[in-house]
Amino acid sequence: MKMKLKIWRQASAEDKGGFVVYDLDGVSQEMSLLEMLDYLNTTLIERGEEPVAFDHDCREGICGCCSLFVNGRPHGPAKDTTTCELRMTKFAEGSTIVIEPWRSRVFPVVRDLIVDRSSFDEILQAGGFISANAGAAPEANSLPVSRDNAEEAIDTAACIGCGACVAACPNGSAMLFVASKVSQLALLPQGRLEAKQRVRDMVAKADELGFGSCGNMGACEAECPKGIKIAHIARLNREFVRAAF
Amino acid sequence: MTKLDARIPSGPLADKWSSHKESIRLVNPANRTKLDIILVGTGLAGAAAASTLGELGYNVKAFCFQDTPRRAHSVAAQGGINAAKNYKNDGDSVYRLFYDLIKGGDYRAREANVYRAAEVSNQSIDQLVAAGVPFARDYSGYLDNRSFGGVQVSRTFYSRGITGQQCLLGAYSGLIRQMAKGKVTMYPRRDMLEVVVVDGEARGIITRNLVTGEIERHSGHAVVLATGGYGTIYYLATLAVGSNATAAWAAHRKGALFANPSFVQIHPTSLPQLNDYQAKLTLMSESLRNDGRIWVPKAKGDKRPPNTIPEGERDYYLERRYPAFGNLVPRDVASRAAKERCDAGYGVGETGLSVYLDFSGAIEKQGKKAIEAKYGNLFEMYHKLTGSDPYREPMRIYPAGHYTMGGLWVDYNLMTTVRGLFSIGESNFSDHGANRLGAGSLMQCAGDGYFILPVTIGDYLSDKIKEPRMPVDGPDFDAAEKDARDKLDRLMGSGGKQTVTSLHKRLGRIMWDDCGMVRDGGGLANALGALADLKEEFWRDVKVPGRQDQLNQELEKAVRVADFLELGELMCRDALDRKESCGAHFREESQTPEGEALRIDEEYSYVAAWEYQGEDAGHKLHKEPLVFENVEIKERSYK
Ligand SMILES: Cc1cc2nc3c(=O)[nH]c(=O)nc-3n(C[C@H](O)[C@H](O)[C@H](O)COP(=O)(O)OP(=O)(O)OC[C@H]3O[C@@H](n4cnc5c(N)ncnc54)[C@H](O)[C@@H]3O)c2cc1C
Ligand code: FES
Repeated sequence: MKMKLKIWRQASAEDKGGFVVYDLDGVSQEMSLLEMLDYLNTTLIERGEEPVAFDHDCREGICGCCSLFVNGRPHGPAKDTTTCELRMTKFAEGSTIVIEPWRSRVFPVVRDLIVDRSSFDEILQAGGFISANAGAAPEANSLPVSRDNAEEAIDTAACIGCGACVAACPNGSAMLFVASKVSQLALLPQGRLEAKQRVRDMVAKADELGFGSCGNMGACEAECPKGIKIAHIARLNREFVRAAF
Repeated sequence: MTKLDARIPSGPLADKWSSHKESIRLVNPANRTKLDIILVGTGLAGAAAASTLGELGYNVKAFCFQDTPRRAHSVAAQGGINAAKNYKNDGDSVYRLFYDLIKGGDYRAREANVYRAAEVSNQSIDQLVAAGVPFARDYSGYLDNRSFGGVQVSRTFYSRGITGQQCLLGAYSGLIRQMAKGKVTMYPRRDMLEVVVVDGEARGIITRNLVTGEIERHSGHAVVLATGGYGTIYYLATLAVGSNATAAWAAHRKGALFANPSFVQIHPTSLPQLNDYQAKLTLMSESLRNDGRIWVPKAKGDKRPPNTIPEGERDYYLERRYPAFGNLVPRDVASRAAKERCDAGYGVGETGLSVYLDFSGAIEKQGKKAIEAKYGNLFEMYHKLTGSDPYREPMRIYPAGHYTMGGLWVDYNLMTTVRGLFSIGESNFSDHGANRLGAGSLMQCAGDGYFILPVTIGDYLSDKIKEPRMPVDGPDFDAAEKDARDKLDRLMGSGGKQTVTSLHKRLGRIMWDDCGMVRDGGGLANALGALADLKEEFWRDVKVPGRQDQLNQELEKAVRVADFLELGELMCRDALDRKESCGAHFREESQTPEGEALRIDEEYSYVAAWEYQGEDAGHKLHKEPLVFENVEIKERSYK
């Protein structure tokens, strides 16, 4: 297939950056979008140009590295899909694909399509853990967890920290990300002890870092590649209110 | 000359670890705060170690090449993590887990280390649960288990098909907690290029900042490598694209022996290759073999759609060849059996390089719902990647490079042959012999990181409490930085025409054909020649665009491939030297009349540990004899 690619190029954080258009012939439907970019890069290198930089590692939808804004949507048009899982069958022959980095004040561009998401680590540092030292843990079965709670905790723990929720949100809010961790740990008895402190600290940290507030628009849920539900934000709000007392 | 001393504690097997812990030297809490530990790699092994070392009071400087530790390739483990809890009351015990690992590794692992890995496995589960890892529960609220290939008990803990992600995030949450406390400093987007050895002891590393290209020096009182496996040497593998051998190889060049480099596990259930630009092969968890049945048509070249092939015309070859274990034989056995069928012309799919993994029977018996609960996300992943729905049509699978049992040689304290340089997790050779059992790696990584290294490193560091922080401007740092820079300059300056990826693919092809699932003397000798040529061609003709002082992903790849080319030679040499078959190492020349792996214990019951002697000086072989006092050595039979 022949494709037209409109790709954001930016040499460094300081550089202004802009779109560059590439015509690429020989794309196969069997490729993933990232394999198509690999192929583009091969042709660029062979022509003596610099390849397009983008984050990726596992290429199977679990590490959260890949982070492309494709045709105006985080991770592109397919539902419950990361960029690396996106197949070229989703695009028609001859069509134009616009590829940009995550757009958010708190995720500054590092180079081309790579952004800096270290603010996510900072939010988690504020409370996204249970204070359990190695050696002190009780026998694992001494704390039963109802099957429903465990299953729901897995649903929300499935967050890959990619940042699509922030990129999708008109306010640039990180609430779905924060809620997934708060919710997971609140659902487990071992996480309850620190629940109040956790929710307060994590929300405060997200505010401090400049993430926007949640306007309940639901764009995050629609774009989350792991299908994490906005209902967890409701739980976060309940936990937050509870923490006030 | 390096001398191998595994420093295995004396006494009965079951008491070794506890008596070792009792007699080992310790560092008191006040002194720990004066000691710096450099930790390269923050996957499950590294993150668990970072959090525990931080809790103990050490100052940890941790490094990874991704933008955050949460993306290490441990994240991709699907199936589960083993422990000898015996929650199913099916006769499991530490000894049985130990026995399964030794047998699964085909009697090529060190008893004492393996026993300890089994012993601490229960503690790891306790720790991970306490950290908030949501393992699957049954309706009583207690932890659930599933069974995995190569064993007859249910001892595998799991979170759907995302167990690795959940374990890693559990360990990572401990790591970030120590970051918040200032005990761990994280250096992400760094490639470790060199180890700095001062007076025979590891005292620092040289890294490249992958964003700015800066070359940085770091010193510490000890260095720990937790840098994962090197299966990406095959180019296409189930590992993440960035997985590499560079850190381990740098340690090797500085005197750390590399053990059993050719022991690589080829996983039987990966997706087959779909196109020429494919960057990796996606694993379908082995747990699928619990309910899926593997088959090919009985007739050669039968191209009918699978659902139209009648039952009687299907060859369930694993059930036929191994009635006792059937579809649950260990990975190496399953992989070779698939290759055998495909080579003989019975393979399916366009290329004939795949076999069916069929769930129709299980769905009929247990209902779609039950199957969905167990494997839902794996089925979805398969559907997404291939466009075919495994609820309706059998999956197509083929073996792929997956796990490296080989790695840096370590003693009982997990220290390499360079004093003060430790290696944990997949990067060492320690616990899996010639073949790893499913769900055994996460178990080892968690055990090494949480419970073993933090104790054993104290024995070494207790000598270091009076030594101040080492400045990074000494001659050894200068020399190591120069080595790193020279290599980068050489790569940037080669001015050649071929892309790194095209050269990596050729390397992968050589390794896959001649040092993959089946090896023979002639093929390995050819591969050695081909690799020497390819290495020469690489340095003459590789093309690395861009600049060194900026983010440059092609340069990152080039560094990795340069090291893979050297490691590939060592793998072939090791495979050539071991004329027996054992575990995943199958030498055509050494098989039973039924085509099973034939060990030659009288000659090869040892760990092959290779010493680097300079770029063109070849390697020297050291042998650590393996002594089995607690198991009876048998033919590893799964019939
Ligand atoms: C697809 C897949 C499925 C698996 N499923 C299972 C399973 O179900 N059960 C099981 O027990 N095992 C499984 N395994 C194996 C297991 O996941 C790995 O062996 C294990 O997670 C390795 O962990 P690690 O901590 O040693 O290394 P990794 O998690 O690979 O981490 C390596 C770390 O080192 C860093 N690093 C590497 N090189 C450098 C360098 N040069 N400079 C700086 N940093 C560097 C990386 O950034 C990373 O932080 C699976 C493996 C794969 C590939
Ligand atoms: S590359 Fe890992 S999620 Fe896409």
